[in-house]
Amino acid sequence: MSTVHLSAITKQFGKVTAVEDLDLLIKEGEFFTFLGPSGCGKTTTLRMVAGFYYPTKGVVKFNDRDMTTVPPEKRNTGMVFQNYALFPHMTVFENVAFGLKVRKMSKEETKKRVEDVLRKVRLDQYVDRQVSQLSGGQQQRVALARALVIEPDILLLDEPLSNLDARLRDEMRAEILRLQKEYQITTIYVTHDQVEALTMSDRIAVFNFGKCQQVGTPTEIYNEPVNDFVAEFIGETNLLTVKEVHAGEGRRTYHADKLNGELAVKDTSLNIGGYTENDELCMSVRPEAVEVSDQPLTGANVFPGKVKMVQFTGAAVHTYVEMNDHLTLVGTALNQGPSTYLKEGADVHVRLPEDQIRIVPKAGV
Amino acid sequence: MLNAEKRKTLLLLIPVILILIGYVLYPTLRTAYESFFQNGVPTLQNYEDFFGSKAKANLQALWNSVWISLLSVLFSALIGVPLAYIFNRYEFPGRRFFSNIAIMPIVLPSLVGVMAFMFLYGEAGLIPNAIKDLLNLSEVPFKIGGISGILIVHAYTMYPYFYMTTASALSNLDPSLEEAASNLGANRFKVFWQVTFPLLTPGLVAASLLVFMVSMASFSAPFLLAGGFRVLSLQIYFSKINGDLEMAATQSVILSIVSITFLLFMRWYQGRKDYRMASKGIGAHRSEVSNPLLKWTMVTLGVIAMIVLLLPHATLLILSLVPEGTWTWQTYPTAFNLENYTMLFDTPYIWEPVRNSLIMAFIACLGVFVFGIFTSYALVKRKFVGKNLLDILVMIPWALPATVVGMNLILAFNSPNPFSFGQILVGTFWILPLAYFIRFLPLVVRSTNAVLEQLDDSIEEAAQNLGAKWFYTFRKVVIPIILPGVLSGTLLAFVQAVGEFPTSVLLYTIGNRPISIEIMNQLRMFNIGQAAAYGMIQVALIAVVMFISSRFLGVKAEKSLG
Ligand SMILES: Nc1ncnc2c1ncn2[C@@H]1O[C@H](COP(=O)(O)OP(=O)(O)OP(=O)(O)O)[C@@H](O)[C@H]1O
Ligand SMILES: [Mg+2]
Repeated sequence: MSTVHLSAITKQFGKVTAVEDLDLLIKEGEFFTFLGPSGCGKTTTLRMVAGFYYPTKGVVKFNDRDMTTVPPEKRNTGMVFQNYALFPHMTVFENVAFGLKVRKMSKEETKKRVEDVLRKVRLDQYVDRQVSQLSGGQQQRVALARALVIEPDILLLDEPLSNLDARLRDEMRAEILRLQKEYQITTIYVTHDQVEALTMSDRIAVFNFGKCQQVGTPTEIYNEPVNDFVAEFIGETNLLTVKEVHAGEGRRTYHADKLNGELAVKDTSLNIGGYTENDELCMSVRPEAVEVSDQPLTGANVFPGKVKMVQFTGAAVHTYVEMNDHLTLVGTALNQGPSTYLKEGADVHVRLPEDQIRIVPKAGV
Repeated sequence: MLNAEKRKTLLLLIPVILILIGYVLYPTLRTAYESFFQNGVPTLQNYEDFFGSKAKANLQALWNSVWISLLSVLFSALIGVPLAYIFNRYEFPGRRFFSNIAIMPIVLPSLVGVMAFMFLYGEAGLIPNAIKDLLNLSEVPFKIGGISGILIVHAYTMYPYFYMTTASALSNLDPSLEEAASNLGANRFKVFWQVTFPLLTPGLVAASLLVFMVSMASFSAPFLLAGGFRVLSLQIYFSKINGDLEMAATQSVILSIVSITFLLFMRWYQGRKDYRMASKGIGAHRSEVSNPLLKWTMVTLGVIAMIVLLLPHATLLILSLVPEGTWTWQTYPTAFNLENYTMLFDTPYIWEPVRNSLIMAFIACLGVFVFGIFTSYALVKRKFVGKNLLDILVMIPWALPATVVGMNLILAFNSPNPFSFGQILVGTFWILPLAYFIRFLPLVVRSTNAVLEQLDDSIEEAAQNLGAKWFYTFRKVVIPIILPGVLSGTLLAFVQAVGEFPTSVLLYTIGNRPISIEIMNQLRMFNIGQAAAYGMIQVALIAVVMFISSRFLGVKAEKSLG
């Protein structure tokens, strides 16, 4: 177990900057996720922790040890590769035992540990199978067992579930979490699946274009995004460009051009993100916070509109409301039966609750 | 500062580069250097003699080599392509069997093959004489020799290149493309010329270049069959025999230029984007032949092809049973027994060449195996500047005609130099294993490249991540995975080294004379039986290797030849 401390890391491949000026402190035993769109530098960062790439600038530390240029075989990290990278010429046992053999562990001890970890990943019947004779999910678990058995200080997982089908993915998600809790291992998990990130992580780092946008717990990331990129990338949201017009007692007022109206927002840190005078601003409100009704609504931030489309997804119902030619807002409500669905074309009222709106600056590119 | 990765790459590259410079580049340059001297005086006289009006023979030989090679390409294609098309596109009784037989010519080492052809179709050949006797003719109706002999042998030994590329291109071709064309209203003829053929073209061009190079380099066929006809590879041999090393060097340079130009052209051609398709998992798609007349025509064609293809092998087998001194003036051999084979084991003089060949091929292959793996690993898995150059350097011995490789070695190692550890290698035992090593290195590097390219980088990274050092990873993970491919390449190199003739004839000594030289000696003494028995040993060896490769190593050995 150890902490991982990345300070001022930059990685360039020729002219391409894959990671830029990254600072991260991952705590002991934490389940930490790198989340971001394709090509944003997640794998690159992970590989710098594993030692397959050396940073162009900056320092990598495990606890207080400088690991920046330590070769991968001396870092004691356990990595699960996206394609598993199992050794095709070895059996399940030999694959898992590989790291122990390298560590010159005695035969009996190796056998004991391998059997132990295989039991934990529920593969004890498959000890002597050739790895090519396993299903995708089983191979995945061999890869996990192989990384865990060496009792690594840090467990690294690069999109380990992306090759699996939906059901198996759910199952493996639970399995990984269970093992992580059991071993209490500092874990870095790479994914571009936000549901995976939100459900599994202690903390998440959101990346875009090689830059870390925000680090926080899943609820912080979801409820208090620091900018429009994070707000939009995690979950669904209604985004509007706004300008501040007035800051008063416990509440601020913004003008939204597209709504052609003013918005009142409660002045708490939950509702108002950090920004400076020069920032362009956005208002974000989650669909589940938007109230849509064919009855008149009272309070602030109520606007008229017309229902454009009603989309039924099972547990939830999305109502798309056309406010004017330039703007459509989405409201989501839990399914309460057909009688509650609004009719397409109906005139409705939309309320953006003042305590549910979040004002954030636009992310600089 | 060099980081650990760069240091490892450098460490790996140093021996690779040293060996390639010492045994490939230096000898080639040395030959070029010698070609500018006459009796120790620098001069352009050799080139004037080559191209000038005084010595027409050389220019004529160059020209002969070129047009013989062009015709060889044409004939090989005319046999190989239709055969591949029929055997891979139509389903009829015996198809699988015939298509396996179709690659049999590559089981015949070139010298042995030429010999078999000589006794089959030559002046005293079995077939012309049999026809003469059957039809009561006064003279043999036909015989091969000179140009026709060379061309027929070339077509026979080289059409498999066309056959194999066409067959594999056809089986990779997505049948839905042709179906789409028919669906759009194209008739069969149109479908073939406008869809199928254009898709086969890249493979056919590659095969043509290959056959052209191989026949430019061909030595055994002209050596045994040419009569007074001159080709360039043979001219080099004659110059050397006549002691005119400077002329031999000049001729080698000219032939090298042609070959290396072709090598570069081939690399360029294969490096282009071609329209090979990405669609996976397409089974070859064959039309059932239902018309009985057509069906039986095809079967007959298959049977005839089989007989023609296997006659040389059969002839060799029969001749190997003819004891010494029993077939002199008679038209046909009269006695058959196993004497030639028993002599191998109880007469040291007869056994010696076999032992020499096996030992020398073994030494060369040990070197090729170890060195090939490291070279290929550096080329495929490491990043460094000048990789392309190194790759070309490795392939040069493959592109150079064997005769030229032999000449290069003579000129480089007939005086002491650092790469021979201050010894004169020419005239010693070691020059032949060295020649075989150089000749067959590209073959092993290529077959190793093919398996290494399949090996995902993350496999090595996984081992490293688990704490394994580079060399441990290399030994325990990389080598075991690639071993079958490398072994099958090395085995193929081994059997080819056992039968190698052109470099042997330039470099052998009495002490280390290999099988091919002894075959030549026995032929000179008209002891055809013993020569054929030597040939049979090589054929058997090749058969064993191909069996091992496909059975235990899961690799089709003939794949490494292309
Ligand atoms: N070895 C390399 N050489 C050159 N460029 C690279 C290399 N590895 C990554 N890059 C570039 O660096 C950037 C970040 O790549 P990275 O693999 O870290 O993305 P990622 O966030 O893991 O994306 P994905 O979700 O698609 O896996 C990309 O623009 C990529 O093209
Ligand atoms: Mg990635």
